Amino acid sequence: MTIHPPPMALLAELTHRCPLQCPYCSNPLELLKANAERDTEFWKAVMDEAAALGVLQIHFSGGEPTLRRDLPELVAHAAKVGLYTNLITSAVLLDEAKLRALAEAGLDHVQVSIQGADAESADRIAAYEGAHAKKLEVARLVPQLGMALTLNAVVHRQNLDRLDEIINLALDLGAGRLEVAHVQYHGWALANRAALIPDEATLARADAIVAERREALRGQLVIDYVLPDLHADLPKTCMGGWGSRFINIAPDGRVLPCHAADSIPGMSFERAGERELGEIWDASDAFQRFRGTEWMQEPCRSCDQREVDFGGCRCQALALVGDATATDPVCHRSPQHERIRAAALAEAAAPPPEFKYRRP
Amino acid sequence: MTVLALEAVPRLKPGVRRRFDAARGQHILLAPERVLVLDDIANAVLEKLDGATNIEALCAALAKQYETELETVRADVVELLSGLHDKGMITA
Ligand code: SF4
Ligand code: SF4
Repeated sequence: MTIHPPPMALLAELTHRCPLQCPYCSNPLELLKANAERDTEFWKAVMDEAAALGVLQIHFSGGEPTLRRDLPELVAHAAKVGLYTNLITSAVLLDEAKLRALAEAGLDHVQVSIQGADAESADRIAAYEGAHAKKLEVARLVPQLGMALTLNAVVHRQNLDRLDEIINLALDLGAGRLEVAHVQYHGWALANRAALIPDEATLARADAIVAERREALRGQLVIDYVLPDLHADLPKTCMGGWGSRFINIAPDGRVLPCHAADSIPGMSFERAGERELGEIWDASDAFQRFRGTEWMQEPCRSCDQREVDFGGCRCQALALVGDATATDPVCHRSPQHERIRAAALAEAAAPPPEFKYRRP
Repeated sequence: MTVLALEAVPRLKPGVRRRFDAARGQHILLAPERVLVLDDIANAVLEKLDGATNIEALCAALAKQYETELETVRADVVELLSGLHDKGMITA
């Protein structure tokens, strides 16, 4: 039993290795090498602890989790301890035999990311020739093997005009859910913001398409839409509250409240296996740091929204304002809001520069 | 909103699972990026989905089991299942 309500979901970042080079990658800028990764027994023990705490879903992610040869074994263990299993993958390294092995291990849900509606532009964004065709081939097999399929499309100024085609693609592949996520501008994406951020007219068209097709496809395709922060006036709720729903374990076994928490200076993270997971959740400095509302400054501290959005994203406050305890500058009450929004919109109005690709 | 017909045969979609959440003492439905808490009635209905029984037969069984009016059961069950259908959790 934990003192705080137990986590609902565990994000298991099995590796930071990845064959793609998306210019909006949300992984930390400092990637961990393969030799820092933890072994099969480590992850099995983590799953035992997580399930006992009350975690219901596990998301196998990365990097690219299918680079791990023990993935079927890990999925089987998760299923054994009752966790709902979700694989977040680029799919480029999967084939029918591997997917079948995962289905047989008890995988419930596969989430395949695509970089665009057509092969040419999608492959350019991922900087991986043939990626798009491969993804479609694998994605189509997912429902055929009895698993739920989510298609995950990260959208931005270079692919947003083809949103309708992306939705059609999801239907054609037999996906039950489509996640249309605007790029969130921290991590690598911040360096590419000018190449990615759409202007307001493009954004408004996309919003209208989502609203219309969501209604028409009710019962057939669930469309989850993640809005872009920089055009907004209110921040997103930070993962349902810091230390309230999610627990994130990095490839090297460190336990983080959020996969980007690494970017916040002065934070220390404890390792799973060295202390009980429930204790890390309840009492570790990293989880206590921004839990609840005590840590807040003005204007959040006295704001009636403080238990709703928890002051927005800590990592974004840090990246854009330079202070992780500041109000997320997406909020119209932040003194930095106007300046940051104006800079972002100016970038959106100018022609997009070349991508800066992430190289290992 | 969809209204499912009494002849429809509902079943959970692939990748949707019902289980008991011991840590919180509740029945839940797990689906892609979703956790739905089920009350006792919803749980009793979903327990009966076997991919072969239609809604009418399901309601008859529930009415008998809980000694309630068939009319009331029908209305509640159709509403519940139609809602889950629109959330993408069952096919019928
Ligand atoms: S001031 Fe803080 S709590 Fe209030 S709406 Fe803005 S971010 Fe949220
Ligand atoms: S701090 Fe930001 S990046 Fe981290 S969990 Fe919260 S919203 Fe996400």
